[in-house]
Amino acid sequence: MTKLIKHTIIVQHLLRHPSILIFLGLLSLFTITIVLLSEGVGVDLVPTSFIKTLGKTLCLCMVAIAMDLVWGFCGILSLGHFAFFALGGYMIGMWLMFARTKIIVLQAAQNAPLPMSLDEVNDAVGTQIFGVVGGADIPVIWTFADIFWVQIGFVFLIPGLLAFIFGWFAFRSRVNGVYLSILTQAMTLALSLYLFQNDSGLRGNNGLSGLQNIPGLDDTPQAIISIWFFIASAVTLGLVYIVAHSIVHSKLGNILTGIRDNEDRVRFLGYNVESYKLFIFVLTACIAALAGALYYPQAGIINPAELAPVASIYLAVWVAIGGRGRLYGAIVGAAFVSLLSSYFTGGHAPDLALGLGTLRWTEWWLVLLGLSFVVVTLYAPKGMSGIVDRFVIKGNK
Amino acid sequence: MIRIFQILLIISLSERLLTPVWADTEFEDLLIRNAPLIQKSSSKTIDPVLNEIQAYGGEDAARFLELWKNKKLFVLEETRELVVASPAGKDQDGKKLLAISGFISRNDLGIVRAKAAKQIKPNSGVRAKIASALAPFQIKSDDPNIRSTALDTIYRRIHPLHLEPLRQAMALENNAVLKERMEKAYVLGIITHGNDISKIVDSIYSLAGDLSLETRAILNPLMKSEIEISKTIPTTGNIARIIAPDISVRPSEARRVNPFTMTGGEAELSLDAAYQLLIDRELIPIPVNNEKRDQVLVAHINSGYIGNFEVSSLDTDAARNQAYDYLAQVNNLPRRIDEEHKKRTISEYVFFAKYDRPQAITDAAHEVLIGIQNKVRFFTLLDLVLDGLSLASIYFLAAIGLAITFGVMRVINMAHGEFIMMGAYTGYVIQLIIPSYTLSIIVALPAAFILTFVAGVLMERLVIRHLYKRPLETLLATFGISIALQQIAKNIFGTQARPLTSPEWLDGAMVINDVLAISNIRIAIFLLSLVFLAVLLYVMTRTRFGLETRAVTQNPKMASSMGINTDKINMLTFGFGSGIAGIAGVAIGLFSKVTSELGSDYIVQSFMTVVVGGVGNIWGTLAGAAMIGSLQKGIEWFNPSNTLAAQTYMIIFIILFIQFRPKGIVALKGRAADD
Repeated sequence: MTKLIKHTIIVQHLLRHPSILIFLGLLSLFTITIVLLSEGVGVDLVPTSFIKTLGKTLCLCMVAIAMDLVWGFCGILSLGHFAFFALGGYMIGMWLMFARTKIIVLQAAQNAPLPMSLDEVNDAVGTQIFGVVGGADIPVIWTFADIFWVQIGFVFLIPGLLAFIFGWFAFRSRVNGVYLSILTQAMTLALSLYLFQNDSGLRGNNGLSGLQNIPGLDDTPQAIISIWFFIASAVTLGLVYIVAHSIVHSKLGNILTGIRDNEDRVRFLGYNVESYKLFIFVLTACIAALAGALYYPQAGIINPAELAPVASIYLAVWVAIGGRGRLYGAIVGAAFVSLLSSYFTGGHAPDLALGLGTLRWTEWWLVLLGLSFVVVTLYAPKGMSGIVDRFVIKGNK
Repeated sequence: MIRIFQILLIISLSERLLTPVWADTEFEDLLIRNAPLIQKSSSKTIDPVLNEIQAYGGEDAARFLELWKNKKLFVLEETRELVVASPAGKDQDGKKLLAISGFISRNDLGIVRAKAAKQIKPNSGVRAKIASALAPFQIKSDDPNIRSTALDTIYRRIHPLHLEPLRQAMALENNAVLKERMEKAYVLGIITHGNDISKIVDSIYSLAGDLSLETRAILNPLMKSEIEISKTIPTTGNIARIIAPDISVRPSEARRVNPFTMTGGEAELSLDAAYQLLIDRELIPIPVNNEKRDQVLVAHINSGYIGNFEVSSLDTDAARNQAYDYLAQVNNLPRRIDEEHKKRTISEYVFFAKYDRPQAITDAAHEVLIGIQNKVRFFTLLDLVLDGLSLASIYFLAAIGLAITFGVMRVINMAHGEFIMMGAYTGYVIQLIIPSYTLSIIVALPAAFILTFVAGVLMERLVIRHLYKRPLETLLATFGISIALQQIAKNIFGTQARPLTSPEWLDGAMVINDVLAISNIRIAIFLLSLVFLAVLLYVMTRTRFGLETRAVTQNPKMASSMGINTDKINMLTFGFGSGIAGIAGVAIGLFSKVTSELGSDYIVQSFMTVVVGGVGNIWGTLAGAAMIGSLQKGIEWFNPSNTLAAQTYMIIFIILFIQFRPKGIVALKGRAADD
């Protein structure tokens, strides 16, 4: 039995790459510490809102890993992965909103003399959800919104399908480099403009809201729910890391790196470059969607502004700052920049009194951030993890 | 001596009637008779009074109407005398004063306190009617401006009493433009109010091909039809068509049946609408629908049961129907209506549309309207083409700077949009300094160029120069600059939109007819983009600088060995492209609001324009802009209410287009094409 365990791929992989264990150890240590300090379960040192911020940050780390896989390892600078992320959020949001509205409708109808028929329930739910955009009918795309497992399937299926169709077209006609980036950006813009319409079936610019209320868990306080989501995000991040790590350190990973460094040579060696690119594009889209599906129930609201092209560029910047081409770099970059951003723009940072006037961080943070992108690209192309390299190399000497 | 005409205006009825009145003229008699209606006027009751005044005619009547309309008439509280008054400041106690004069004598009667006189205040509805009654007098005025105002009033709503004065005025008119308008007004008047059918038909035909809104507003109501219902196919009256309920009309068919209101694709009268019509016309009793069924069911609930149906089981329509049918049988209630029954009932009746006007008129109107409609379609199409053209020139303006920095130098400059924004803000700041709009725009164009040129050069020197080997990272670095610039603009100018006002001579529009009008600003932008194109082509193909730029972009090492200073050329080219973005910013700021996000609205489209057109070619950018602009307007045409959808489909189309022509519309060949 123990022999069997020793020979399974994952265990072998773990034994060969102890760095995974280090990462998983750190992640579990972090998770357990936070849970113990939390408001809902532990000693009430960390407030619920901060637990949610940390949970969301873990999700952002997940999508950063996806970005690192597709850009850092395969050289495809996709400016569309945040669109997949948001699309995943929309898919789970549909179920959350529909199921919860249905429960509310049924509760309200409890005292009605006649039990509600299915049509009446749907009408009432439709009016509740789509009243804001002047509709009452439930759009076709909401057909399965009531069935949890189908929507979970859609979380992967819809973004995956979009990525597949887009990637198939783009890679087949060998759109490369900068052109591909612009094309993915155009796709993101098209999707966000589409969702902004009121008749898109997803409530236009109102987006989906009230997602933090989990259907059937009305009695459970947010403090508890936030812990569950935090743990779920951490576990998923761990799994995604293992998957990403095993891809990177497999033959597939070598081919991907080869494609990044010289696509033509890999093609001449007989590999079907397009299939590899398509595979990694779709896989990372699915990872991004999964991250989104965990992120938005913690954020509580999703609207089309979330997938504006600029969000995807930020994603690329996180990975660049963290250091692309290494998985922990993506995680460090995403966590560092997003936490710092929410610290400064949230008005928590004290204003700096300079000689001529005060420097308000809410106003000047973006300027500083923007300029730091420039500095990082110019002077630290390897990002923050480049610093680690320096130490490691010194140590080897 | 002062002759004072007085009229009596009754507020509290009979006793006032006894007040002595010096009714000298017939006109005053008329006013006295109608005093209550004049004092407490309402647009519903005023018509007979106005008709009487109009029929009386003469200078007094005209003056009375004029003063009445302008709220200049007052009644002195004490003597009930009708006077004309205007404000005359305040006395030492701060009470308002009025200068009054006699209504017809026009003699000065001195100054009274405002409280001593009561103003006659017709409301806006009444004033519109007074204006209409005044028009026949004004149309004969010596002043062409007044005649023109009168015509405006007449065009708004033609009254039967306008016809005769119009005919007379037409004969006397010597101003050709006014004469033409009068003749047309007369023709429209005949169509609306005439009695002689052949004359009306002639008038209708005389309007053939007239695109003006007023013509269409007169002709369209002639085609009005009402839906009527009978048991048999009608044989009398001007029947427009027989309507088949619930049978969808094909689009091609719809155009033949009724080209003005129907688009086809669905039934003119749905089953439910037809049934509702039968109910509304009281041809059938109000049926038991689902709502009523449920009411009856609820009324019959008896400790959790209806008959022997358990209430909790009634959660489908079928179950509820069953329960109701049972109740209906037992309690002798009206029967429930099902679809089958609905269809049967409707099939017993004939639905048809019947014109209000006789056939000779509707036939003529139909023919003329079809002609007009075709002409309108043509001009709408032309309008669409021009719209597409002007959108294309906007995209071209936004993208042309990028065509140099990205197209020629292959530098991804995400801050390009922010250069556009900087140009727009430059225009705004210069307008703060120079009040004259024309002058400020003339100053702003070079100022914006210089500012963004310097910014571009700085950016190239400090950042981009180091990244020529890493194009994807240029994207990130320039994106950083972009968000920094955007936030700086927000910090300086705030988040609200700033105005960049265009000079007056750009405000108007070139009006071709009521369908087609091109605003001057669009023409200006079109011309500006042509100028840009010419300047760029000249610079890139005919100057030393252009030659060196092309040499450096094709092969920097070779260019350098030929003695070209590649560093300097790169710097200048980038500055040149950025400067052009600045000028474009001024132009774009003129018609859209200037905010810190102005640039980011254009950046993706600009990149697409360059990529679609073909990178590295100015003609390509032109082709790209033309394609994107016309495409977007073309898609908008199918669904005019939804520009977001048009943009979405446009982008999807572009993504597909790139698949099939990855190098863009105008693809470079040979060595220049090497990446």
